[in-house]
Amino acid sequence: MKRELIIKLTQLLQKRNIDNEVRIMEVCGTHTAQFFKTGVKDMLPPGLTLIDGPGCPVCVTPNSYLDRGIAIAKDKNAIIATFGDMIKVPSSYSSLAMEKSEGMDVRIIYSPLDAIDIAEKNQDREVLLISVGFETTAPSEALTLLEAEKRGIKNFSLLCGNKLTPPAVDALLNADEVKIDGFIIPGHVSTIIGKSPWNFIAEKYGKPGVISGFETEDLITGVISLLDMIKNQDISIKNGYTSAVRDGGNIRAMEIINSVFDITDSEWRGLGIVPGSGLSIKDKYSSFDAGKKFDVAVPPSKEHPGCRCGDLLRGLILPPECPLFDKGCSPEHAIGPCMVSSEGPCSAYYRYWRK
Amino acid sequence: MKKIMPGHGSGGKLMNDMINNVIKEKLGKDSVQLDDSAVLDLPGSKIAFTTDSYTITPIFFPGGDIGKLAVNGTVNDLAVMGAVPLYLSCSLILEEGFDFDSLGKILESMRIEADAAGVKIVTGDTKIVPKGKGDKIFINTSGIGVFKNRLLRDEIKTGDKIIVSGTLGDHGITIMSLRNELKFSGDLKSDCASLNSMIEKISLKHGNGIKFIRDATRGGLASVLNEITLDKPFSACIEEEAVPVKDEVRGICDLLGLDPLYVANEGKIVIVAEKDAAEGIVNELRTDKSGREAAVIGEIDAAYPGKVYVKTYIGGKRLLPLLIEEQLPRIC
Repeated sequence: MKRELIIKLTQLLQKRNIDNEVRIMEVCGTHTAQFFKTGVKDMLPPGLTLIDGPGCPVCVTPNSYLDRGIAIAKDKNAIIATFGDMIKVPSSYSSLAMEKSEGMDVRIIYSPLDAIDIAEKNQDREVLLISVGFETTAPSEALTLLEAEKRGIKNFSLLCGNKLTPPAVDALLNADEVKIDGFIIPGHVSTIIGKSPWNFIAEKYGKPGVISGFETEDLITGVISLLDMIKNQDISIKNGYTSAVRDGGNIRAMEIINSVFDITDSEWRGLGIVPGSGLSIKDKYSSFDAGKKFDVAVPPSKEHPGCRCGDLLRGLILPPECPLFDKGCSPEHAIGPCMVSSEGPCSAYYRYWRK
Repeated sequence: MKKIMPGHGSGGKLMNDMINNVIKEKLGKDSVQLDDSAVLDLPGSKIAFTTDSYTITPIFFPGGDIGKLAVNGTVNDLAVMGAVPLYLSCSLILEEGFDFDSLGKILESMRIEADAAGVKIVTGDTKIVPKGKGDKIFINTSGIGVFKNRLLRDEIKTGDKIIVSGTLGDHGITIMSLRNELKFSGDLKSDCASLNSMIEKISLKHGNGIKFIRDATRGGLASVLNEITLDKPFSACIEEEAVPVKDEVRGICDLLGLDPLYVANEGKIVIVAEKDAAEGIVNELRTDKSGREAAVIGEIDAAYPGKVYVKTYIGGKRLLPLLIEEQLPRIC
């Protein structure tokens, strides 16, 4: 029954008449990949363009972050604990994968808590957690720090590169470089922060948005609702993911984040320094803050001159418009992070629809 | 300096590049058979000959161990060509300090599997490497098979059907769960099995309709289909809904951001068959314990020559390219 309903919805979507070109930004990298994976992207009506936004944590992390992590690990002979996504991301001079093949102890983890288990088993060495992610991962990283404190673990620290998504969308709209008619708003992030932090999109910039889940039906209904809102000038933020997102978000998760982290300015690839868009570890936990714990010389960071990941993450171009796309930059030899991460827009275009 | 990375063993593009640019370059182009077995014309008979090395962590896992894998893998490489596997060799590379109990269990499971598959292990070798220079045990097996029936290779054409012999991803996800101590994998076990008797059954009854068989090991279904379509005037279209995948496997894949179509199997074959023979083959497969969930999952068409693509149930299409390197779990 559900299946037939979704097929009908798809037909409705396909038959939509779009008079003027409509441009929708999906902020979240998981949405980018899911639009391809579910086949919904292939069923969009003519005249509708999906623009990829700054919602892939690995992609927006500047090279300087990994440069610092690698410098600390080399200087202190530390074990690096990281999610798999980060392994192949290029830094200014190498990547964790390249460092691993040169002998650096890099461990892939599935939960940040794995990092403190590694620390307990290797008490003579520092374990450095590569802490990168949005509001969705920050609670588990905060809990990990609190657990490390509870267990009295001294050889563990986080290299904090955590970021907050609404300020980045604000910065992007404020720059006013690109035509966007509406937003598909990240579902996972919204389960933590709720709906209200997104209201500025409608109130300040006069654009509609729909919080969407990740299944086929979520994507289709999200796009249909947004097209209706754009057509009817219904400038508001709607919650299309009510099964998981409450207006007020997850209060407990927000409390945990706020108990460990302060809000700070943060550097984003493409957007530069965005005020209030990052998290830093509170002073009382500075013994777990690798940035403060270790004073190491970090070589000056550099970007590949041809890489247009920054423009892509601002919605200025689509992946195939980058001159390096499939011409020098591919997942096996990535020049920019957007080609590496499973949530990176270039990786999604390369994997799912390279013509 | 270029170093060996994990992706060079993933069954994907990096590995193909290494085979083409390093191994064939040095050993000569005839040294590498890219099909599952080399087919050799000896005076008076045609035989299939293959070799494979096995390295796996952990060496014991639900559904099997490295020994079972080493017999089944080589038996299957012979069987998918249409050959009847007869003789295996067994070379062991053991790390100093490896315990005899484990070695005994592994050898016993090799013998049980060899008996079940009707093959004899007739020659072997053992080397010991210093501690730290190996990973407990590596096994190489080579195998020889003879052709009683025809070679199961024929020209693939538009309209042919694509069949898999059962659920995909069981082996890879079992191993990945163990390696990473994922505690939610339930009763999942490796599908590791010798498939020669199942293949013999279908080739006896439907041999003329079978164009191609391969066991979908490293790189999974996607890699097999990409090999078939590479540089060819046809494409492979997979109906996503038709592909059998266990709920637990799908769940773990979703969680980790992996695609079950790329995950390794050790007891599943992919068959390309003539359209009219497909249903009969599936029915025959289902009579075997390794083929209970066999299904037609797609067909060969001319829509995107040289490529493999997936049609989702809403009708949307996406590519299924050759895996670039190993799949890694994602952040969120």
